[in-house]
Amino acid sequence: MMQLTCPLCGPRAENEFHCGGTTAIARPPLDCSDETWGMYLFFRDNPKGSHAERWRHSYGCGLWFNLLRDTVTHEVAAVYGITDMCPKVPS
Amino acid sequence: MPNLTPPRKRYSAWNLLASALHGQADWAPAWRDAEPKARYDVIIIGGGGHGLATAYYLAKNHGITNVAVLEAGWIGGGNTGRNTTIVRSNYLYPESARLYDFSVQQYEQLAQELNFNIMFSQRGVMTLAHSRHDLDSQSRWVNAMLCNGVDAELLDARQVEQLEPRLNFGKAARYPILGGFMQRRAGAARHDAVAWGYARGASALGVDIVQNCAVTGFIKQGDNVVGVQTNRGDIRAEKVALAVAGHSSVLAGLAGFKLPVTSYALQAMVSEPVKPVLNTVTLSPGLGAYWSQSDKGEVVIGGALDHFPSYAQRGSFATMQQVIAATVEMLPSLGRLRLLRQWSGIVDVVQDSSPIIGATPVPGLYINCGWGTGGFKAIPVGGWTLAHVMATGRNHELAEPFQLNRFHTGRLIDEAGASGIAH
Repeated sequence: MMQLTCPLCGPRAENEFHCGGTTAIARPPLDCSDETWGMYLFFRDNPKGSHAERWRHSYGCGLWFNLLRDTVTHEVAAVYGITDMCPKVPS
Repeated sequence: MPNLTPPRKRYSAWNLLASALHGQADWAPAWRDAEPKARYDVIIIGGGGHGLATAYYLAKNHGITNVAVLEAGWIGGGNTGRNTTIVRSNYLYPESARLYDFSVQQYEQLAQELNFNIMFSQRGVMTLAHSRHDLDSQSRWVNAMLCNGVDAELLDARQVEQLEPRLNFGKAARYPILGGFMQRRAGAARHDAVAWGYARGASALGVDIVQNCAVTGFIKQGDNVVGVQTNRGDIRAEKVALAVAGHSSVLAGLAGFKLPVTSYALQAMVSEPVKPVLNTVTLSPGLGAYWSQSDKGEVVIGGALDHFPSYAQRGSFATMQQVIAATVEMLPSLGRLRLLRQWSGIVDVVQDSSPIIGATPVPGLYINCGWGTGGFKAIPVGGWTLAHVMATGRNHELAEPFQLNRFHTGRLIDEAGASGIAH
């Protein structure tokens, strides 16, 4: 089982958390084209490797926060606040 | 130097008896493990069920035989060998019903067509209802299926118990069984046989099946894809197709476009083999698990996705624990069985749980992806419709609603019945 670190509660088991998918997706202006709006709603990078994603400590304190996690090894390179910029992590 | 490879023979009782005279030593390999040529008419990336079926139907339905299937590992070693082999068409919407029922119809005659026993056993797929809401939504589901010409019947609790007496009908059951519904034409097939049957059929028609050949990039002329770079050199082709399931986004990235796909790990597991204990394929959407028994006697157990993006072909213990808890709850008499194997495949989940079959934004490049957790059942129709669009330049009518542009027009096919299990 993965162990994730909630910024408030510390290390907890994966099944206390809920993954909210890719983080920091910028919404385009509302008068954008259907093409742009479709890309915003549905299309994702889905990288094999480092992925910035949002998680919620649903069965704990309820906090939303961000992770930089590898989608192959599941290693977490960074934990950061929901409104923070993704820190630069040496690869 | 005489050709030592014996000619490929039909599989039949007569040929089996005749070969007994030679100790069964004169069978040719089922398919040819080819070396890649420098140029083909069509390259298909991915030697799973969908890729091999595409090659087979290109050759059989359209006479296009100068085709290579490039597989990074071994054929059928990805999701084709990592699923729970369920074949069904119990979908909600007309577009999906047409697509998946065509696939079930192909499966019904595939063993004869391919001369390869795919062991399709139409033992029925039964979905349990644990609440009044389940009963109501299943009435709607069954009505939709019947309107779409797909067989379905509602069951009361007594009928469910007759079909599957080992389910938990005890008074203390956490999830009481109030009824369910059944698609009797649905069932299970042998996954390796489907891959090998299509490989044998395609190979006999002249298709090159190339294993250990990983695509590392695309060769472009202007915007057009005109070939692929691989670990075994450059290979050129007029048209290239992607049939790589969980790795669709990675290859689309190499070709320069994006997909509405997220990759997740989906686990399954089998118990040690036991005598026949299960008659059908049974799903409990409430518990998030489903069960069947393989011909070897193993109880095959599937469940929900690991709910975070993953390319690791191994499952999380959190999901496994939940699936096993569901099994022990629903089938108490199996509680002492030992698990024999557990595995996972990387599935390509699309927002509306429906596939994408057709052209991509990159000229010369086609795609078949987005089957998510239900690709195995769709192998015949996925191959059939992808071959059609590549050979004719027009979408097959079954695949017309399943184009990439639906994510811009908003014409999604939000298929609630897609997974059977609520993912």
